[in-house]
Amino acid sequence: MALVKMTVNGQAVEHDVPDNTLLVSFIRETLGLTGTHVGCDTSQCGACVVHVNGQSVKACTMLAAQAAGSEITTIEGIANGDELHPMQKAFHENHGLQCGYCTPGMVMSAIELVEKNKGLTEQQIREGLEGNICRCTGYHNIVKSVQAAAQEMGG
Amino acid sequence: MPEGTINQGIGASVRRKEDKKFITGKGRYTDDINRNGQLYAYFIRSDVAHANIKNINVNAAAKCEGVVAIYTGEDIAADGIGGPICGWTPTNRDGSAPKEPPHPLLAVGKVRYVGDHIAVVIAESLEAAQAASEKIVIDLDNLPAVVDPATAIGNTQIHDEMDDNVYFDWELGDEAATADALGGADKVIELTVTNNRVIPNAIEPRAAVAEYDEVEDRYTLYTSSQNPHLTRLVMAAFMMQIPESKLHVVAPDVGGGFGSKIYIYPEEAVCTWAAKKLRKPVKWTADRTQAFLGDAHGRDHVNKVKLGLDKNNKIVGLRVDTIANLGAYLSAFSMVTPTYLHGTLLSGCYDIPAIYTNVKGVCTTTVNVDAYRGAGRPEATYLLERTMDYAARQIGMDPAEFRRVNFIPKDAFPYQTAVALQYDIGDYEPALDKAMEMIDYPNFGSRRAEAAKRGKYRGIGLSSYIEACGIAPSAVVGTLGARVGLYESAVVRVDPTGTISVFTGAHSHGQGHDTTFAQIVADKLGVPIDSIDIVHGDTDRIPFGMGTYGSRSLAVGGTAISKAVDKVIEKGKIIAAHMMEASKTDLEFKDGKFTVAGTDKEKSFGEIALSAYVPHNFPHDQLEPGLEETAFYDPLNFTYPAGTHICEVEIDPATGVVDIVDWAACDDFGNLINPMIVEGQVHGGIAQGVGQALLENAHYNEDGQLLTASYMDYCMPRADNLPSLKIDYTVTACTHNDLGVKGCGEAGAIASPPAVINAIVDALSVVGVTDMSMPATTEKIWRAINDATAKAAE
Repeated sequence: MALVKMTVNGQAVEHDVPDNTLLVSFIRETLGLTGTHVGCDTSQCGACVVHVNGQSVKACTMLAAQAAGSEITTIEGIANGDELHPMQKAFHENHGLQCGYCTPGMVMSAIELVEKNKGLTEQQIREGLEGNICRCTGYHNIVKSVQAAAQEMGG
Repeated sequence: MPEGTINQGIGASVRRKEDKKFITGKGRYTDDINRNGQLYAYFIRSDVAHANIKNINVNAAAKCEGVVAIYTGEDIAADGIGGPICGWTPTNRDGSAPKEPPHPLLAVGKVRYVGDHIAVVIAESLEAAQAASEKIVIDLDNLPAVVDPATAIGNTQIHDEMDDNVYFDWELGDEAATADALGGADKVIELTVTNNRVIPNAIEPRAAVAEYDEVEDRYTLYTSSQNPHLTRLVMAAFMMQIPESKLHVVAPDVGGGFGSKIYIYPEEAVCTWAAKKLRKPVKWTADRTQAFLGDAHGRDHVNKVKLGLDKNNKIVGLRVDTIANLGAYLSAFSMVTPTYLHGTLLSGCYDIPAIYTNVKGVCTTTVNVDAYRGAGRPEATYLLERTMDYAARQIGMDPAEFRRVNFIPKDAFPYQTAVALQYDIGDYEPALDKAMEMIDYPNFGSRRAEAAKRGKYRGIGLSSYIEACGIAPSAVVGTLGARVGLYESAVVRVDPTGTISVFTGAHSHGQGHDTTFAQIVADKLGVPIDSIDIVHGDTDRIPFGMGTYGSRSLAVGGTAISKAVDKVIEKGKIIAAHMMEASKTDLEFKDGKFTVAGTDKEKSFGEIALSAYVPHNFPHDQLEPGLEETAFYDPLNFTYPAGTHICEVEIDPATGVVDIVDWAACDDFGNLINPMIVEGQVHGGIAQGVGQALLENAHYNEDGQLLTASYMDYCMPRADNLPSLKIDYTVTACTHNDLGVKGCGEAGAIASPPAVINAIVDALSVVGVTDMSMPATTEKIWRAINDATAKAAE
């Protein structure tokens, strides 16, 4: 067992967990933040993407202990109270989601993509989201959503 | 809608009501549900394709820390628990019934595919269950695998009940008339068309949480399902043999289905059974590898096609002989998919006087194959549209023109096909024309020439499809072997304060029912959409439901809602007439108000709702208080969405890489309720079809090992595999439902694979390539180009 401390969505948390606890299990099961999803077991689908110190990370590929001392942001932590993040708003406005399962990871990946890259082209957005699989939307409206959010976010 | 209000009714692209929970991480999927004291199930699966089970020794595993129970097939059998059943069985061409070998929840005596369930370990944690599973010693006596459907017939016997590995041998159409037509044809085009095996891959893996309430003697199962009532019916009546009312099934938020969550799988049933045995909740969640191995796969047909043409290039006859691989066991819709959902669509959009098809459903040592987005209709469309394109090339005719001359003419509806269906309405040329205009078909030649200058092969491919949706008229499907009815139910409950709850038997797992269904009610009642809640996915709250598949939710479930709303309005009119001392025949209802014709008297919908529950001034002699109506709607016919998709590709001959550079789709779905949602459905369907055409393939090796059992090996379409898509519509309203709607969920997946392959063959025609199989991978294309070039050089 290891005592793991980190900040999640602005709140300090600490829990004793088995050494082999994955960050995604820590978030979903220990903290009960079930917005972060698990869609595969090979770090391919991206449903579990969260931000670790501002960087998007597949939470199934990192131990909770490795994230000790980090600032973690999950899908539950990006809105400002009732005010949705521009990326959340853009997904809603542009029908960028259907079943919603890949959406949290997609939104978290897209936020980092837009924050770190200005003037993204459609092709760059498509390539930038290559680590997130969506089975419902055909990506068309996800790309539109990211383009709209980029405008709003000054990308 | 009342004047001055934002249009939230039929035809408006209302933003989805269900989005907020999903974009904020508040969705509630089955794996998000935990019950106090729950145990975890881990299934031990066969790692060989075919073997006799000699012995299973669980002694060491049972002693492991945290293990509560280990069960094998014998424990299930001892309790008399049955396995999954087939919901629709065709009759063999000799009049006999198909073979339905049993499918035990946990294997008894034999395993029949890699992934077959052998035992389950139930423990206090998933880790403990997994660790203990490794201590189970399973002694297997291997038997030969049977993988290739083409050689499955008469190969190593897989089930005792079936000596030839043929589940059914079915036919449709007039064999003699078709033979005559082909015999008298000017040309007969022959082509073998293989529809590759794919895996549905909803991104939420299947999951189940089952619990048993001793006091009530009642089970609750949370499960990732497209049809909770079917789950309840099958599990109660056929698997567990318990009263149906004692099983409460909840399908909460479900992360995609695509057909794979129709069928009632062993895991859900075993968890439910074990929850009572152990008096504790039992949870199971598939990991992705288990999903690959255990979820029903899709497609996997091999077709031999003969298409006869007269001297004017009109089709005179079509014969299709199909081998459909159904895998090791049958499941819910596995037998109807390659038969009545396939053979009946072989006329496509075309006027074909004689058609005959024979389909043999074969057993192999692979996981079962069942409905996957489109279910039978993509397979029919693929073979027909590949053959149409191939034929056009053979006769040197433009593929668009060849389709046009063979389309069923607009004035021929209702059109009786040679394969049982009667299309109520359609008009195929305008959709073809519009799609051609959208992609600038006439100038394709200059684009091809420009690409050639850059060293690229450019190609264009068409696909004109039809599908039978709005599944299905119960009386018709009953005569064709369905064991269920295929109506849908709706309850519209108006509260005293005028808010409305709609309870529907359809299930939304991405389709946006919360919004689309609310739009129908808002439009008809003239109330704001926010006052309407759509409730689905809970057998305790909804009267009954057949669930969501076959593009049926709007055409069948939406019509049921519309009919229940009509009953509410009718009752409201009687109440309003009484309150305004008028005759009911003078009552009108519009924009949320009941008015008396020729007067200025009016009552709002809210006033009538209140009066129904505070019935002081109320027509008690005619009505009961309350304002809640139920409708069960059984459709009169299938609906027939149709359209044309055109794909344009560029291929780099140096690498074989295919770039889809443009896509135009023009679909006729009848009336649209929410065009934004419809467009999203088309996008998603196209992406799945493109995935099948270019990237996806479920590959079993000759030993029956699934080599593509992870996202490292099974290539899913990513954002950079797809282009932006141009979507437009034509409208011929369905003639037999109140809303004039046809359904849109599967069209993209049906239309797209042949459009992609036809475009690739067109591009490669410059080097003499005439056919290409799916998936048209980079390697396959590179080899085809090099082989063709080498052959030309000889």
